[in-house]
Amino acid sequence: MTDRILPLAGSSFGANPSFVDLLREARPEELAHLRQTISADAAGAVPHGTTVLGLIYGDGVLVAGDRRATSGYTIADDSMRKVFAADDYSAIAIAGAAGMAVEMVRLFQLELEHYEKLTGDRLSLEGKANRLAQLIRQNFPLAMQGLVVVPLFGGFDERRDAGRLFYYDATGGRWEEDDYQATGSGSQPAKNSLKKRWRPGLSRDEAVRVAVEALLDASEDDVATGGPSVYRRIFPIALAVTATGADEVPESEVEAAVTAVLEERS
Amino acid sequence: MSFMPYVAPEQMMKDRSEYAHKGIARGRSVIGLEYVDGLLFIAENPSATLHKISEIYDQIAFAGVGKYSEFEDLRIAGIRLADLRGFSYGREDVKARDLANAYSQALSNIFTQQMKPYEVEILVGEVDGDASGTAIYHVLFDGSVTDEHEFVAIGGHAEDLMDVLRSRFTAGWDLTTAVKTAVEVIGSPDSRTIEADAIEAGVLDRTRSHRRKFRRLEEPEIAALLAG
Repeated sequence: MTDRILPLAGSSFGANPSFVDLLREARPEELAHLRQTISADAAGAVPHGTTVLGLIYGDGVLVAGDRRATSGYTIADDSMRKVFAADDYSAIAIAGAAGMAVEMVRLFQLELEHYEKLTGDRLSLEGKANRLAQLIRQNFPLAMQGLVVVPLFGGFDERRDAGRLFYYDATGGRWEEDDYQATGSGSQPAKNSLKKRWRPGLSRDEAVRVAVEALLDASEDDVATGGPSVYRRIFPIALAVTATGADEVPESEVEAAVTAVLEERS
Repeated sequence: MSFMPYVAPEQMMKDRSEYAHKGIARGRSVIGLEYVDGLLFIAENPSATLHKISEIYDQIAFAGVGKYSEFEDLRIAGIRLADLRGFSYGREDVKARDLANAYSQALSNIFTQQMKPYEVEILVGEVDGDASGTAIYHVLFDGSVTDEHEFVAIGGHAEDLMDVLRSRFTAGWDLTTAVKTAVEVIGSPDSRTIEADAIEAGVLDRTRSHRRKFRRLEEPEIAALLAG
């Protein structure tokens, strides 16, 4: 708690609503790894999550990701979850060093919840997006050694009554997109696909289909991106964030979209 | 050099206790009670933003009476403890009992060591699984803890409210009955009817599909429940 930094009349002034600051104060060892030096071999050997994307559609924003994590030429996991609800009105999708990314998501989720409980208000979407940038920047020393975490963040802005999408780079740079964005190793083919298929005001079904198709395209051009597998029942995970909240798109809906795309191409 | 006159420990504790009691008795009350889906906390509170009832963790809620700044301190400390625990271990490892113990220790230390005791009484409620997992801990300004069952009232008219609750409470109320009755009970010591805009209420609803079981009842909902 930055209590020492904001004193008034000898005691703390205001309760710091940041969980990360609390953690830094109370359990510094939990964040000590951020200052470690590691070898390039070690950085390459840990699992990396690959392709995730987000797109704006009629009701809000859709965030989706494939299920693969690779370490070097090995598939580390083919059913990994890379898309999470950050709170009730936002979602985060991660690409990069999987262990760090998942931990960052956990910290980010707690950061939002902690703020909400302490102050009694949800952070604005702008506030959430900025906070995420700061978390990424904290990871900068490790990012420079190969453990990059680059998320996409989508949420419903209750004040503007619209879905918004943000993407980040390894330095914590934060940019807003008003159409679509993809990040991770398969992001280029995914973006090419989105460029052709995305248009303003997509319906939810169309949005799921466009997202699934882009991930399929990415998996066809990028070895590190996992394609959907009907016989192993592995499908992309998608989260839709609208005025009513962040909800995972049911697997049946994703499967239907996958089947439709595959049929069209066969 | 300053000299403190000798005061017998019994006298000192008695004075502090009286001081705290007086502070708490001036304030309004909070009722916590079990209803069919979990726990209901309800208070008379003309402010819509300065809460007496709030969420601590997934299945844990907090209610305080007495001096606002002091129970607010306790609330914040509770959220910090719970969130740190949940981060370091697992979310299901955060328990109301641990929190009640922490509050008890802290209040006991403050009571014996600080210039003045906290003028607060708090409730820590928890729902877990089925009805048998419901718990209400009542922590006093001196750190004493009691494990309450079915219903409890704290604050200004606690004794009177407890008498009324004893005669009126039955297990298995639905939310409407629980809210209506609790509001009547709060108004009973001076036979007042309290309007929805002066009521603060929150529930720990174990049937809620969300991981976080706490839900604040907003004014329109309270008004509808009271009318229903």
